[in-house]
Amino acid sequence: MNWIQVLLVIGLLLVGFYLVRARPSASHLALRRLFVILTTIAGVVVVVWPGLLIWLAHSLGIGRGADLLLYGLVVFVLVDSVSNYKRSVNHARTTSELARALALTEERLQESIEELAALKQSTSTKTTKKSAGTPIAKRK
Amino acid sequence: MSADTSLKPIGVCQNRVMSSRPSAQSGTSKNPDVWVVIPLYNEAQVIGKVIDELHAKFENVVCVDDGSTDGSGAIAAAHGARVVTHPINLGQGAALQTGITFARVRPETQYVVTFDADGQHRIEDALAMLQLARTEHLGCVFGSRFLDDRTQPGFLKKVVLKTAVVVTNFSTHMKLTDAHNGLRVLSVDTCQKINMLQDRMAHASEIVAQIGKAHVTWKEYPVEVLYTDYSKAKGQSLLNAVNILFELIVK
Repeated sequence: MNWIQVLLVIGLLLVGFYLVRARPSASHLALRRLFVILTTIAGVVVVVWPGLLIWLAHSLGIGRGADLLLYGLVVFVLVDSVSNYKRSVNHARTTSELARALALTEERLQESIEELAALKQSTSTKTTKKSAGTPIAKRK
Repeated sequence: MSADTSLKPIGVCQNRVMSSRPSAQSGTSKNPDVWVVIPLYNEAQVIGKVIDELHAKFENVVCVDDGSTDGSGAIAAAHGARVVTHPINLGQGAALQTGITFARVRPETQYVVTFDADGQHRIEDALAMLQLARTEHLGCVFGSRFLDDRTQPGFLKKVVLKTAVVVTNFSTHMKLTDAHNGLRVLSVDTCQKINMLQDRMAHASEIVAQIGKAHVTWKEYPVEVLYTDYSKAKGQSLLNAVNILFELIVK
């Protein structure tokens, strides 16, 4: 087995594990940013010194630098899409919580309005001669 | 944890005879300490009838309108149910959780009954399950259509449902015979322990998992699921089982 094969298998397994297990958190965000920064730096370095990429590819047992770049790209895309999937799941949960809170608040409001209307009706029919201020004072 | 086989005799009774029994038990009171929670999404054809039938035995019915586009929510309100309306469609699991959250904060609530909007459950079953929960102080009673042979799902449906059971039992370490039955009775204490995050169909397994984790006492009760042409047309497809599987594995 080549070094690159070992590296790729480990990398892909890690991506799979990350998809099934890890929960998004603050450290997740930090890692995500670190990942982007490192990829950018590596990109610049490889563009400035193309020989470096070829040397690295040879030492990992790959014929061409372009192949190493492709492998790197595949892993990068996988990590990025999994990370995005996690984020969208998180967003969906937040939206659900918000929608639920809104729905329940609205229902409670509706119920209070109904109660108030019922109260008004009962007081207006029962106490025709008493002042209108009493029901409000009672509720307090 | 109790063995589900032990309660099998309770449900062994003739369909027609059974319907008269629960009304004698509940007497004149309409279970004021119970909230029936119905997740509602585009069931305008049947929801009115379902609510009317429920109101004969349960005074508290709440429908969670999950962003219906056919006016289901308005029909439910017109038939005297309380309606909580999701501003957007979130999925059945989210609707169920909203209903449970609604019911569990109310001072009168002792039990929550979850009920499907499409009229596939029998009210007699719900009453009998409630009775079982009350007399044996259970935290949860699951309805199961596979404890006896009254329910006749099609072959493909049976495969889907049985697959869901195997997956659910594997991932939750519970031993249920029917994982995706919408008819359940939950005590208010159990409701406090449930917080479903799965918005879509995987919630049925999630609720089982959370009940398993919370060490709630539970039993299964044999129920009959009425496969009308209406509910058949709306049933779950095999592809949906793939979704459930995925949602359970991928967190």
